[in-house]
Amino acid sequence: MRHLALCALLLGLGMASPAWAVNPDEMLKDPAKEARARELGRELRCMVCQNQSIDDSDADLARDLRLIVRERIDLGDSDNDVRRFLVERYGDYVLLKPPFKSSTLALWLGPPVLLLGAAATVALFYRRRRRTTVTPAVEVPLSPEEQRRLDRLLKETGQ
Amino acid sequence: MRRVLYLLPVLIFVGLTALFLKGLTMDPRQIPSVLIDRPVPEMALAPLPGRGADTGLSTADLKGRVSVVNIYGSWCIACVQEHPTLMALKQQSDVPIHGIDWRDDPEQGAAWLKKHGDPYQRVGSDPAPGRTAVDFGVTGAPESFIVDRNGIIRYKHVGPITPENWRKTLLPIIRELEK
Repeated sequence: MRHLALCALLLGLGMASPAWAVNPDEMLKDPAKEARARELGRELRCMVCQNQSIDDSDADLARDLRLIVRERIDLGDSDNDVRRFLVERYGDYVLLKPPFKSSTLALWLGPPVLLLGAAATVALFYRRRRRTTVTPAVEVPLSPEEQRRLDRLLKETGQ
Repeated sequence: MRRVLYLLPVLIFVGLTALFLKGLTMDPRQIPSVLIDRPVPEMALAPLPGRGADTGLSTADLKGRVSVVNIYGSWCIACVQEHPTLMALKQQSDVPIHGIDWRDDPEQGAAWLKKHGDPYQRVGSDPAPGRTAVDFGVTGAPESFIVDRNGIIRYKHVGPITPENWRKTLLPIIRELEK
């Protein structure tokens, strides 16, 4: 019974929606603009905590950036304008999802290339093994000499 | 061919070990600044109360001489640690140091300078949400920028300036820019 309660608790914790750090006093009045600000906030890195988004973080700098993102949106910036505004100041690092460009080629293409390479190696390995262990298509009958040896062995073991 | 194949895992292991060893010695907070070799952001910061003739800090003030812009705040613990170094530099060095009082109440920023000493020529107040600091790509305090005589940012130092990193890193860059 206790286990069941614990399970229910853990399940509840797992399903609980994450609490954003956005405070009511920061929000924009226009719900559509606020939704855009939330969406953007989730993909922008908090430069202090580094592995949290500015939407998640309680750091003061994250709060400042949330306010500045809302300010830009209120001024009529598009989502891309806001992203560019922050990248110009903090670099690509501020984007939680790194952009696809020449300096990030290894990052983006590395895993698929490794996976394909591994798959090719495994395929090659099995193909080669099958070729060496495959039984000949035509069964060669025993020669008379071989037949005699087999008979003798069978007789020795008392069959 | 076969022998190379058997060696491959060892080579990969050695390569990864080298990569991880290098990673261990790197500071994740040292993020290369994108503002290097770019002009100082447009700013016109108000002065702190009680600093005499100081008119605050604006973009034009950073032209004409190689200078250091230091981001501080009265709330910043590491700034207390850095401050004696800045005070010593005011005495011993001819390099002008300007301050930006970041995310701070100007009164408190001024009181903090009264208490710990005032190493700055000019100080600009950048209260929350610290728009100028964000324009500088600041991620924390203290941070310092070396600005050349044309108002171009040449170097960013994250964390407290110590006598050692001043002597070994910052001063040589400043001397080079002063040539």
